[in-house]
Amino acid sequence: MSPRLYFLLLCAFLWPVLGWATGLDFIPLHRRETNWPAISMFAFFVGATVWLSRWAAARARAAADFYTGSRGISGFENGLAIAGDYMSAASFLGISGLVFVNGFDGLIFSIGWLVGWPVVTFLMAERLRNLGKFTFADVAAYRFAQMPVRAFAASGSLAVVIFYLVAQMVGAGQLVQVLFGIEYAYAVLIVGIVMMAYVLLGGMTSTTWVQIVKAVLLLVGTTLMALGVLLQFDFNPEALFARAVAVHADGGAIMAPGGLIRDPLSAISVGLALMFGTAGLPHVLMRFFTVPNAREARKSVAWATGWIAYFYILTFIIGFGAIVNLLPQPAQFYVDGQVSQGLLGGANMAAVHLAKALGGDLFLGFISAVALATILAVVAGLTLSGATAVAHDLYATLWRRGRVSMDEERQVSKMTTLGLGMVAVALGILFEQQNVAYIVMLAFSLACSANFPVLFMSVLWRNCTTRGASVGGFIGLLLALGLTLLSAPVWENVFGQPVGSAPFPYASPAIFSMPAAFLSIWLISRFDQSPQAVHERALFDEQLIRSETGFGMVNAGRR
Amino acid sequence: MSKLATSYDHIRDNPRFQALVSRRNRHAYGLTALMIAVYFTYILLIAFRPQWLAMPLANGMVTPWGIVLGLAIIVLTVGVTSFYVWRANHEFDREAGEIRKDSLR
Repeated sequence: MSPRLYFLLLCAFLWPVLGWATGLDFIPLHRRETNWPAISMFAFFVGATVWLSRWAAARARAAADFYTGSRGISGFENGLAIAGDYMSAASFLGISGLVFVNGFDGLIFSIGWLVGWPVVTFLMAERLRNLGKFTFADVAAYRFAQMPVRAFAASGSLAVVIFYLVAQMVGAGQLVQVLFGIEYAYAVLIVGIVMMAYVLLGGMTSTTWVQIVKAVLLLVGTTLMALGVLLQFDFNPEALFARAVAVHADGGAIMAPGGLIRDPLSAISVGLALMFGTAGLPHVLMRFFTVPNAREARKSVAWATGWIAYFYILTFIIGFGAIVNLLPQPAQFYVDGQVSQGLLGGANMAAVHLAKALGGDLFLGFISAVALATILAVVAGLTLSGATAVAHDLYATLWRRGRVSMDEERQVSKMTTLGLGMVAVALGILFEQQNVAYIVMLAFSLACSANFPVLFMSVLWRNCTTRGASVGGFIGLLLALGLTLLSAPVWENVFGQPVGSAPFPYASPAIFSMPAAFLSIWLISRFDQSPQAVHERALFDEQLIRSETGFGMVNAGRR
Repeated sequence: MSKLATSYDHIRDNPRFQALVSRRNRHAYGLTALMIAVYFTYILLIAFRPQWLAMPLANGMVTPWGIVLGLAIIVLTVGVTSFYVWRANHEFDREAGEIRKDSLR
């Protein structure tokens, strides 16, 4: 089927979803004028990236290239691409929005998302690269029975990818809503269609380059914004904070923890999710397979860590900049000119409005275009790893037992992309009211409770067995998923239950689900004495040698 | 495969391999433990002693210790990661390469 046919199919499927969603009782939508400078910038960027994708797609022939970008990417380039994957709508719009509303607590998210990187670098990146496998599932299944472990790995990847996608859709939908002055549901639909154009026309090679271009643009854009804010205060952060405290309704409370995360258990739980979630993100893990060797894998994570750290410091400044620039001008930035009615387009749009306050419509156009390009590229990476989980793990390996051509696998991967797009649009509409950084944190809770324990135990613990890894992994995944659905943001805001009725009172399930996963993997593996288990323990030496030295990779790495 | 399997045994029994693994693990786990300790100290302060983090740097200022400590953790993260990569790329990789060569002799 041609890409064009896919789009037509997509539109046909999405129409009923849209009709149903627009019938729901949303907050009143305030139509605004269409912002032409911003839209021309946006059109330019989307056109350029789609062109770049097509150009790269023409060069990516084999499926191996489609997934991992030919393994011809240097550590520095890959570091920028990883940073590009990570600096998503959630980071840029979400963290600045969290800081805008809660002050200090936004910093907790920045730090948590950063400290995950050393853990990935020290324990995971080079081992995964040395094992020379394609995906998270390939690594987890290195010495285990294929069926159960792949079933788990694909489910874990999909669950994480979907939550992460929803966050991007919400951010992009609100941005398009603000820019074009159209209704939120239509905005999300447009994003869904453009995102599919991205993935179906390109592949990992193109998204790697798109990520790099986009990472550079985003770093330039946020640097300019932070400089603009600091210039207003002669580069004196104290003066910036003092002004923020003076204009914010919560006053001095914004300089202390507690605005968002109110009880100790939630703080620890969110801390766990943010730190260990990174090591379980399928779309980030996938990036370690695009570099030629462990040395470049390490270098790429080091570069990524540096860029991400710099970026998070900027988002913090931008959040405070939004407080001091937007709050005193409610007429321009708030619904009906009333602070009590909320920011136009929601608090996720703090950074976007700040761009307008600092540099007028043209700068707003530039920043919005960069933010949208960011979201599209992150979404492409996410969709691709979701599609890989389904096409490569579930379909090719499990269902067809490896007897499948690369072309067929690609077809399935494209169908999955389509399916993921529809799910993301539908859920993106449901989750409109949520802070996007918060939604991503929920994705991290799933990743640290399911993918991370399985990966960690299978690579580093000799006694881990198929039974332990797959059952333990599913326990972590289902527990995290269940508790998330029962927590206030989903139970009350998405399912529409009364406020205060949420059965799970904490901000993240990680403090329960992550230990549960580790404990059950350990217990089940410990008591697993099947012949299969004995065989798997015997294979550990080979895996260890390979993960430590890269020995044997050249022979087995090629499929 | 059998030739490869012998090579695996060969590597496993090579004392240099065992030394490399334990040295690198000490390095990696040590730095991981450091990061976890620093980060969770911060998180536990947020959980149980938020008022400590809310204390201003000096009388009459609004910048709290919490933000300064947070920035320090960000800088430390980058520093520790760079240190690890520098050591791994200079020291451990050379060693792993030699072990691989040994096994093919």
